Amino acid sequence: MPVGHSSRVGLPLRPRRLLRAASCPALLVTHRQSPFRVCPASHLRSMGHGRELVDVTPRSPLYAGLQRKIIFLTLLVSFVPLVLLGGTLYWQFSRIYREKIDEQLRYRAATHGNAVDLFLSERTAFLSAIADTHSLEYMLQPGNLASLLEVMNLRVGGFVDLGVIASDGRHLAYVGPYHLEGLNYYDQPWFVQVMSRGLYISDVYMGYRQVPHSVIAVRHQEKGRIWILRATIDSDVFTKLVRGAQVGRTGDAYLVNGDRINQTAPRFSGEGAVLAQSRIDPSKFGEGTTVLAEPGPEGRNRLYAGVWLRNAKWLLVISQDPAEKMLGLSQARNLEIGIVIAGALAIIFTVILTTRLMVKKLVEADRAVCEMNAQLVQSDKLAAMGKMAASVAHEVNNPLAVISEKTGWALDLLEEEEFQQSKNLEEFRRSLRKIEEHVERARKVVHNMLGFARRMEPHTEDVDINQVIDQTISLLENYARTSNIDIQTHLASDLPIIASDQAQLQQVFLNLVSNAIDAIGNGGSIEVSTRQLDGNIYVNVKDDGPGMTPDMQKKIFEPFVTTKSGGKGTGLGLWVSLGIVEKMGGTITVESKVGKGSTFTVKLPIVVPEKK
Amino acid sequence: MEQLRVLLVDDESDFLETLVKRLRKRNVEVAGASSGEEALRVLREIPIDVVVLDVRMPGMDGIQVLREIKTINPLIQVIMLTGHASVEVAVEGMELGAFDYLMKPANLDELLYKIQDAYKAKTIQEQKIGRLRELERAGG
Repeated sequence: MPVGHSSRVGLPLRPRRLLRAASCPALLVTHRQSPFRVCPASHLRSMGHGRELVDVTPRSPLYAGLQRKIIFLTLLVSFVPLVLLGGTLYWQFSRIYREKIDEQLRYRAATHGNAVDLFLSERTAFLSAIADTHSLEYMLQPGNLASLLEVMNLRVGGFVDLGVIASDGRHLAYVGPYHLEGLNYYDQPWFVQVMSRGLYISDVYMGYRQVPHSVIAVRHQEKGRIWILRATIDSDVFTKLVRGAQVGRTGDAYLVNGDRINQTAPRFSGEGAVLAQSRIDPSKFGEGTTVLAEPGPEGRNRLYAGVWLRNAKWLLVISQDPAEKMLGLSQARNLEIGIVIAGALAIIFTVILTTRLMVKKLVEADRAVCEMNAQLVQSDKLAAMGKMAASVAHEVNNPLAVISEKTGWALDLLEEEEFQQSKNLEEFRRSLRKIEEHVERARKVVHNMLGFARRMEPHTEDVDINQVIDQTISLLENYARTSNIDIQTHLASDLPIIASDQAQLQQVFLNLVSNAIDAIGNGGSIEVSTRQLDGNIYVNVKDDGPGMTPDMQKKIFEPFVTTKSGGKGTGLGLWVSLGIVEKMGGTITVESKVGKGSTFTVKLPIVVPEKK
Repeated sequence: MEQLRVLLVDDESDFLETLVKRLRKRNVEVAGASSGEEALRVLREIPIDVVVLDVRMPGMDGIQVLREIKTINPLIQVIMLTGHASVEVAVEGMELGAFDYLMKPANLDELLYKIQDAYKAKTIQEQKIGRLRELERAGG
């Protein structure tokens, strides 16, 4: 088999590895393509320059803005329906509640109105019955009127006095607490009314006796004679009648006549006293029962329900402070507001919490993408460098081959006799040997570059760590020499061959050693040593450069962190190196003291190659 | 041992000429061809044992030339010369029946050693074939 054959002659190349790499192209393709599949194009663009720092912390303005936006929008769409719902519910509920209160007031006004009406009808009817059943002579006999009043008060009650008045207005007989006999009512308006209509119920008035009262008078016609039976009802009686409607702390009830004069004393003085002008304008009340909301005496709106009585031109007014009745409503409102606030708090809490969590996840995802992109940038860069290295190597290689052959030919010719005589023979020979030596050196450089070009594809092969380090240092020797840096190696001779990725390891050591060179700057020494301990291989790269502060040491393995000025470093080297080594199951640690230099230690587990 | 005949194929004429001269100086019978087409023409005219073939050439490249050589005479041994990262090409060549490969610029002694190796391999195979033919003839 040709492969075995080639390894027998000990070529620097490793066809076995190459064969294996070539046999699994599918694996390589997925390796290459997977980052592109998950990375949005915008990220790639923003990462394209490599050093453009993307702040992937939750505090960065980008994420804070996003967080604010999400919180604001979520709260908006949660609160608007919540408040709308709460408001609508409250509005509907309060409307129904108000209607109920209205209804109650209306009902109360109607029933009490009826009661007053009934009271008056009864009194009128009774008075008419008395007049109809008794003759004037009987009435005028002393004592009879008094006993009639007694009977009336016994049966229906509410009468203060009783009098008989002749058609010329003279008070013929009277029984009651006042001495009204002999008074003439001919000029009184009520007298005119009762004479013409037969029945009269007066508004409450003071009259001669200076006590608010009302008068019921009925006309009686008996054998051509006309006389009037007149009874007085104390206004207090009405007051007592409507008192039943004065419910609660704020309920009031009173009677008002058509001229806006209070007929009974309202419960609260703010409504006006008896026989004084009422707060309420009766003209606002129509037929049936009317409910109005009017400013009350305390300035707050009160509800007024009014019903016109049938027997008198009186309006029964029932009023109530809705606040008292609205207590249940306000309790319901408070409960609702409480629920809404609790809900709002829960929403705020949850929204802020979940948004924070989400943004945190997003930041983590972005950071992962950024890291992946950085890795991608790095590998793209390395791939580009690899391509360039390959083409340069090829272009340099052909002239090198020609130089090498020409030199060889010249050396061959020197062996011919004529030249053997030349006194400069040795000079020629030495010069040619030097040329060969340097061609060999150039060839090494070219081969190292080719090695670099090939390091893009990960694969496992047999690796001699010491050899990798030697190769790496030979790559950097010239660079170190121009900076007056001496690179020393102390390589343990008993290191086992491990199964690893030579190209990637070479990149790691290249990064560490070139970092050391950059850290020293000019003049110094670097010591690279290897040793084997407890199933691991340790590689130390020690420099006597300026060292690092503990703060810096913590950060150096992060991407885009560099101590090199002016864009010399990408800040990716150590980060990529750490990634490579960690993938192999190893670690990179650093020890450093300011002024004393730094030591990087690569720990690699010994993985024994499979037997072939 | 019969005199071995080598054909060198490389598009870089300076390299080709010098290597031809150096090999001749070491008493190797060697011909040069500066392209794949020329190499195939030479192969058809004179018997060649070992071809040292540059992989990367304008016109016909090394792999194509190798295929042609193997159709002309599978016994001709081919040593591939790779000048760059086209090791994969060299490996492909090996799979197509190349004897070995060398990195450019190659050490002349190494090249000579490989050429001799290849020649040996060729003579051994030829002997085997010869013996087989004799056996056939004896059997027939």
